Parts: sequence; C-alpha cells; structure tokens
Amino acid sequence: MREVAVVASAMVQQEALVSDTEVEFMVPVISAVKEQVGMGSQDFGFVCSGSSDFLAGQAFSFVQTLDAVGAVPPISESHVEMDGAWALYEAWVKLQIGEVDTALVYSYGKTSPGSLRDVLATQLDPYYVTPLWPDAVSLAALGARIGLEAGAFTAQEMAEVVSRSLSHARGNELAVRSGDMSPEEILATPDTVPPLRDLDCAPETDGGVAVVLAAENAAERLSERPAWIRGFDHRIDAQSIGTRDLARAPSAAIAAQHAGIAGGQAHIGGKAEKLDFVELYAPYSYQEIILLHEMGLSEAAQNGLVVNPSGGTLGGHTMMGSGLMRIAEAAQRISRGEGDRAAAHATSGPLLQQNMVCVLEGE
Amino acid sequence: MAKERCAVVGIGQTKYASTRGDVSLAGLVREAAYRALEDAEMTWSDIDAVVIGKAPDFFEGIMMPELYLADALGCAGKPMLRVHTAGSVGGSTCLVAASLVQAGIHERVLLVGFEKQSESNAMWALSLPQPFSVSINAGAGGYFSPIMRQYMEMSKAPELIGCLVAFKDRQHALKNPYAHLHQKDLTFEQVVDSPMLWQPIRYSETCPSSDGACAMVLGSEKVAEAAQAEGRPPAWVQATAMRSEANNFPGRNEVSPLASEQCAQDLYSQAGITDPLKEIDMLEMYVPFSWYEPMWLESLGFAEAGEGWRLVEDGSTQLEGGSLPVNCSGGVLSSNPIGASGTIRFAEAALQVRGMAGERQVDGARRALGHAYGGGAQYFAMWIVGSEKP
Repeated sequence: MREVAVVASAMVQQEALVSDTEVEFMVPVISAVKEQVGMGSQDFGFVCSGSSDFLAGQAFSFVQTLDAVGAVPPISESHVEMDGAWALYEAWVKLQIGEVDTALVYSYGKTSPGSLRDVLATQLDPYYVTPLWPDAVSLAALGARIGLEAGAFTAQEMAEVVSRSLSHARGNELAVRSGDMSPEEILATPDTVPPLRDLDCAPETDGGVAVVLAAENAAERLSERPAWIRGFDHRIDAQSIGTRDLARAPSAAIAAQHAGIAGGQAHIGGKAEKLDFVELYAPYSYQEIILLHEMGLSEAAQNGLVVNPSGGTLGGHTMMGSGLMRIAEAAQRISRGEGDRAAAHATSGPLLQQNMVCVLEGE
Repeated sequence: MAKERCAVVGIGQTKYASTRGDVSLAGLVREAAYRALEDAEMTWSDIDAVVIGKAPDFFEGIMMPELYLADALGCAGKPMLRVHTAGSVGGSTCLVAASLVQAGIHERVLLVGFEKQSESNAMWALSLPQPFSVSINAGAGGYFSPIMRQYMEMSKAPELIGCLVAFKDRQHALKNPYAHLHQKDLTFEQVVDSPMLWQPIRYSETCPSSDGACAMVLGSEKVAEAAQAEGRPPAWVQATAMRSEANNFPGRNEVSPLASEQCAQDLYSQAGITDPLKEIDMLEMYVPFSWYEPMWLESLGFAEAGEGWRLVEDGSTQLEGGSLPVNCSGGVLSSNPIGASGTIRFAEAALQVRGMAGERQVDGARRALGHAYGGGAQYFAMWIVGSEKP
C-alpha cells in the first residue's frame, strides 16, 4: 500500500449552531485546514465529503455545502451519503491509485432543528420496522438490555465508561458534556429509557470536520509529524434487528482484523506494536464495551491502553461527523506527539451495524 | 505503485417501469445484482465489496437505505460504500467501484445504482421548502428550460431538433427489452404535437419517472482475463473522470459548463484520444430533456460550439446508419430510475464494446463513452470503456 497520512484537521462542534447554515459553519473549518497546509481549493488532487440529506431536510443538500470549498474553477470531487470517515476512505483509495497526492475531506451534520432519535427510525426496514417508529434511543436500550442479561457487561461497567468519558471530555473544548462524576453518582441518576440513563446516551450536537490527506513526500512536506495510516478497513453487518445478536458487532471484529489489530496490538509491516490509545465512536456507553471486545482490545484497555482520550461521543455526538472526528482527534494527538500509535473507529447505521477501523502512527 | 487495470465482467438490469409493484426495494436491487452475478458467472461469495448509488433519500423516504439493503445485496461481513453525487450518482458509483479495483484493494466489486420513484414523489422531494429561500417548485424541467432556450438562441438551431432527439431515443428504446417506454406507434408528429411543459420542452421531450436498478461486476485484470479465456468478453475501463463546479458564479457557462469540458478532456488525455468524433464508436449520454443531446455533443468535443444540432439533424446520432450512435438504449428519455440512470449509461457503453447489446448493438463498437451529470449541470462523471486493454 502507498503510505498516506492525515496532515491537517479542524473541527467545530456545539450544542446547536443555531444561526449558521451548513455552508456558514463549514467555511471556517475548511479554511482552517487549507491554511494549515497552505493550499487553495484547486490545489487538492481530490475532494470528498459525507453528509445526509435527511438531516438538512433538503435533497442534494451537499451541493450547497460545496460552496464552502469554492469549486470555481472545477474540482475533482465526490460525496458519500455516509459519515465522513467513509469519505476519507474513498479519498484514501483514490490516493492509493497513485495519480493524485493530496485530498480534502469533510463532513458535517446539523441535527438541532429536528429530533434525531425519531429521524433515525427512517434508517430501518421501510416495510416492517419503520412503520413502528422505534426511536434510536429505545433501540439502543433493547441492545443494552440484551447485553446486560447475557452478561456481556454490567451496569457498573457502563457507568465506568461514562465516568471516564466525562472526565476525559473536560480537556476537550469541543465537548458539550463533561464532568467529574463517579460511577456510583452516575448509577444514582434516573434512567430515561431503561436500562439507559441520559448519561449513557451521547448528547446531540451540530458540527463539522475537515481533514487533509497526503501521500508520501507530500505528507512529509505538509506536516512536521504526519499521522500515517497503517491499516484501514470497514465492514457491514445485515441490519435486521431480529436476526442480529445485539450484544455483538461482528463487522467491527472483521474490520479490526483487516486493519491489522490482533492480540491487543497493531501489526504494522509484520511487526506487532503497542497501541497507545483508541478513539471509538460509541453513541451509547455500553457500545464501547462491545467494540473493545470485538476489536480484541478489552484486556489492553485494562493494561494502559487509553480509551477515548477526547471523551468520545459521550462528550458530543455530531451525526455524519463523529466518525471522521474520531480519526481527526487521533491524528491530532499523534501529530502533537501525545502518542505514537492509535486506532480510530467509526460506526454507521443502527446498533453498530457498520464499522470502520483506521490505525494511525507517528514516526 | 502502479494503477491496476479494471474491467466490467458482468452486467444486470431490471425491467424499468413506472411502478415495479411486484418487488420490494430489496427485491429490486437484488434482481439487478443477481443478473450481474449470473452474467459474470459468480455467486455472492465471490464478491469482495459492494458500492451502492442512488439519488436523494427523499425519493423513497428512507434515510441511507443501503443500510437496510446490505442484507439483500450479500454485503454482510464485507465493505459497503454508498455514493451520492446528485444526478451523476449512477456514474460516480461506477467510478468509485472502479477505483477500488484500480487501487489494488479488491479483485471483484459489485456495484448497484437504483431508484424506486413510485415509493414517493420526486417533484415533492426536489421542492422541499427551505428557510430564507423561495422555492420555485418547478422541478428539474423548470430549472433547465431557460438553459436550453439560451442554447437555441446562441446556436440558431432549428426549432424541432429536440423533437428529433426524442423521437430517435424512443425508436431506440423499442430495441431494448429493459426500457421503460416502448411506444411502438409513436410518430414524429405526435412528439411535435405533445403539450408544451416548459418551453422549449414538450411532454414527449422529457424523461419518464421510473423504478429500476442496474448492477455491474467489476474485476481486476486477472479476473477479466479469466472471463475472456472462457469466451465472456470484458469491457476494459480505459479512462475515468469526475468534475464538480459551484452552482452560481459570475460568468458561469451553463450551456457548456467548464466542469463538463474539463471532465471530457481529462478522459481523452487518459485514453490517448485526440479526435473523439473519429475515435469513439458510440455514446451513452445523460439526456433527460431532448435538447441536452446537441448541448452535450458540443461540450464533450464531438462538435464545435453551436454546431452539435447538425449531428442530430443529419441522422449521425441514430443507431440505423449513424456515424456516432447516441443512446442506443433509448437513453434517459426512455427510462429514468434517477439513481440508476448514470449506471445504465455506463453499463450500456460496456455492453456495446462487449458486443452484447442485442438488437441495439452498434456494429464493431470497440470504444464507447458513458456519461452522467447532476445538480444544476455542475456534477459530471464519465468513463470510456473498450474491447482492448488500456
């Protein structure tokens, strides 16, 4: 594989970006990464974005947002109706072909005007499930109940995830929820959709993220310490809620394995290396436990592997953006020298249906 | 690392119709995918990854429907990508799938473009009111008609060129069993006499609203050579290009957008083509409104600016006796499952160079161009496929 790295990134995330359209809040984010690498919109070999028309309430909504890039004169550009992490994957594939050396990737979501948990019911089987309007939190509660009853995790472990996430989020200026709460204090809060407490569910935010990818020499030129992509894979499971084991995410296990994670370590160029931290996109506390298990990292997490140093999505959840944000968070930390190796994860679809793992390394 | 070669080794289409009430969404995409697998002599387990394309989710009222369709398309445990680049999406989906093979990541990729317009109302979906902006509630026809009038004014083309295009495409459709419109008794006069919808576009000069899916299996050089050895000719991908430009900016040429011209030029330079009119044997272009045929012929370099209509008038773009047959499938004017419409163009180009286009086969077609556009004529996706390796 061609060596490709994340060389720049920028993010915005707030409880609600009330007065800004998607174009308005993406202009400063995209301008920030262009400034970091000293490039203009026409200098990138490829541009790719991720977003959802259902959040914007408009068909072809990404066409407007292209104005935040400034596609005059024309650019080579594509879009996925997926979290930006998959836009990054498409750009990475493009760089692998070897004809272009740089790519601008961005994604965004503004969910504050609507009720995300209800909108997400339209992601389900349109004939048999959506007509029942199972909202996203209720579905997640079903998954949690199954996991608890199967002994896959305990309420105490869920509260520990929340406690640690809120504590980490204190150092993250993009987090909208953070704090110093013990698992016992968390367990004392009321459950909103049993067995889930409000603190188990990621708070919804509006936001956006932009990332610059570069290959080989270009990466070294554009960043003092590029975050090199050493493994990158994504997989999907069948959706049907009734046939899946909701306490598992088989596609996360396959993605991790193909990204080179085995035995709690990252396998890079035939060598097993220690991972310093992971950034996981788990919109509900218990899903972090499932993901660590599927990725074979549960034990490492007990022995020094830092999980979600940013606080993860329990500090703030931007639909269509949080996956790319996990990768950007991990890359920034590596570029700052706060770790040498990390795995970033993204998910999409109800109950961890689709999963991506990206292994990053600094030299 | 070197760019890997890629070829189309399987093609499958559904019958296009205004309502495919006999199948669910899952049944629709599976029908096309299954036929593509059959054509490629493969099974679901041979496929490494799946790429799905469709136009806005509001067209069916399902958010990210590929999540639900993953099961029907045999995606479980595999990578799945969902492309959406406005009307050009069916073409972009092919290009994203091709890039997975060209990058050397996968050997066999299944791609599917689809739309089930009967599940909702595209006119409604395109006209959702937005805060602080006036909706013109005009749909695509109202949006594009002033641009076509601008072309007529600039080119001084005879008034009935659009009717000639529409009549030709409907005649071509009679030779395509998958086409939505099969108007056996349609006469040129009936096209001319059909009601004016958005001047200059008459009812018979617009595309229908269709349900349908089109799928392809793309293979690596190794996979394509194996197919060739077994007597199943592949269509080699010789060039691919995508371009986008902003919808509004001063001096924008809406008749022949710069993004369209640059996309075509990129394609020709990759394929080593200097005279597209001589070197391309057939064209499948995205023509949802009749006048877009002469307009795109010029924009893609098959005619000088203002002269494209002459190729329509003298019959050059007809299947029967034409030197540059355009839209032998019947085109978007005869079938328009929007998210699949670009895929169908790309697939028809591949069918032609494989010599598998049946009654609508262009004799000796060795090199064909598939084209799709979207947004306010600002998103472009194109490929050139050929019977020879690039």
